[in-house]
Amino acid sequence: MPIVIENMSHVYQPGSPFKADALTDISLTIEDGELLALIGHTGSGKSTLAQHLNGLLQPTSGRVLVNGQDINEKGTNRRALRQQVGLLFQYAEYQLFEETVYKDIAFGPKNQGLTGDELDRRVREAFALVHLPEDCLEKSPFELSGGQMRRVALAGVLAMKPSVLVLDEPIAGLDPRGREELMQIIDELHDKGVTIVLISHNMDDVARMATKVAVLDKGCLAMHGTPREVFSRGDELEKMGLDVPQTVQLCRQLRRGGMDVPDCLTDEELAQAIVSALKGGKADA
Amino acid sequence: MDEFILEASHVSYAYEEEGAAAVKDVSLSFRTGEMTAILGHNGSGKSTLAKLLNGLYIPTEGKVTVCGMDTADENHTWDIRRNAGMVFQNPDNQLVASIVRDDVAFGLENTGVPAGEMPARIEEALTQVGMLPFIDRGPHTLSGGQKQRIAIAGILAMLPRALILDESTAMLDPRGRREVFDTVERLNREKGITVIWITHFMEEAARCHRAVVMHEGQVAMDGTPQEVFSRVEELRRIRLDVPPMANLACLLREKGVNVPHHVMDVEGMAREVLKCRS
Repeated sequence: MPIVIENMSHVYQPGSPFKADALTDISLTIEDGELLALIGHTGSGKSTLAQHLNGLLQPTSGRVLVNGQDINEKGTNRRALRQQVGLLFQYAEYQLFEETVYKDIAFGPKNQGLTGDELDRRVREAFALVHLPEDCLEKSPFELSGGQMRRVALAGVLAMKPSVLVLDEPIAGLDPRGREELMQIIDELHDKGVTIVLISHNMDDVARMATKVAVLDKGCLAMHGTPREVFSRGDELEKMGLDVPQTVQLCRQLRRGGMDVPDCLTDEELAQAIVSALKGGKADA
Repeated sequence: MDEFILEASHVSYAYEEEGAAAVKDVSLSFRTGEMTAILGHNGSGKSTLAKLLNGLYIPTEGKVTVCGMDTADENHTWDIRRNAGMVFQNPDNQLVASIVRDDVAFGLENTGVPAGEMPARIEEALTQVGMLPFIDRGPHTLSGGQKQRIAIAGILAMLPRALILDESTAMLDPRGRREVFDTVERLNREKGITVIWITHFMEEAARCHRAVVMHEGQVAMDGTPQEVFSRVEELRRIRLDVPPMANLACLLREKGVNVPHHVMDVEGMAREVLKCRS
């Protein structure tokens, strides 16, 4: 179920003095099974783009195709198409509202028309994916920690069985353990074949997890490629106000100091590259 | 000037009577002019400790003093809060007025500062956080980092001796985080304001004078950031992050590359690795 974005633009409040071009002529394909990291400075259009992926916003021009079908075209089963793409908003825990975790997760599938055993199975399956203690199901979501509440919100999205999951800064504001647990869940979902679009400011996570990276700058798609390709363009990223992962920063500084190391994305890879470079250097001497 | 501006001595605090203590027998002293990072998971007691340090909470056991004043003594409550101002996590929950000037004035009005003195105090405070050009703007037009700097200005206008910031960068983007951290670090360096910086970001802690790690309501580690972050195994055991470069240093030592324990940033690591060549 690939998502194809074709020459898509979005203008907020067109024709008013507050007109703002949020996205300009974006063309981007998200393949099945990808983990696409969407990065860019605040205000670059990341969240606007995310909301286009499941039809929450409609393009001013251009198209969004899910499985070859325009999700905004009249006559298509737009609702079914959009339900293929689940979106977890920023600080999604603020949107919990039900009396129990169970009811909160059940809200979406219930609206889809599920009842009885089928609904129950759906809720329990989604709940199992987010690794919360079993006794949470009957608790009020408001008794849980912030990180746990966010995972309940994620379970609510997963209960709709989306084939694509769009996560808007899922780890913002969490503590290190909360971040680690959530990133692990995302990893597992990706391993199960769910296509993931991850909006993140954490370049170290992006370098470690993403299969592709798309960079937005002032509403335009500035780069699209593998993490290695994108992070090798460090100077351009810095001009856009973006960081490069610390591992890549170190590689650049080492090369400036005359040491021959390629850009590395993980600590393990980099440690190995440094060891090899040091050995090579000594052999020459 | 007293050497220790904030002191907690054998402090415990429980939210409910008979309930488990969120902070257990903690003794910590903070030197005037020191910038201390407090690290730990949610639930480790670090926010509770912060609220004890400016008298928002009164210890169940033990004693907290701010500039020598006991927080349990109600006569000093306002003096204590004026001297140890607190900034919270959510930038949208702290601003109360519809323009920046009035927001910074809020605390001054509440503490009875003469109206004639107020404009100068407000402008000075906004200058210190680099936000003077925004004095007539509405807070809703500002970025998260700018809002946090306005919240800090509101405290600076009260001429505090200490700032306590409880995860004040957690909800900001990288640029906003840097803006707020740099502002506070400069206030510490240039004005000598004592800073308690509670954070989940290890790279921020690495830039403080001192790092305290809280775990299960107690002090688990206390030292310079170099000392604390070289204890990689212990930090991992309580599932805290280590700064990426400290982690790399650990891997390199395992592979026989002799980089020192105290390397925490990219520049330092580049220097050390290049030294290994000779």
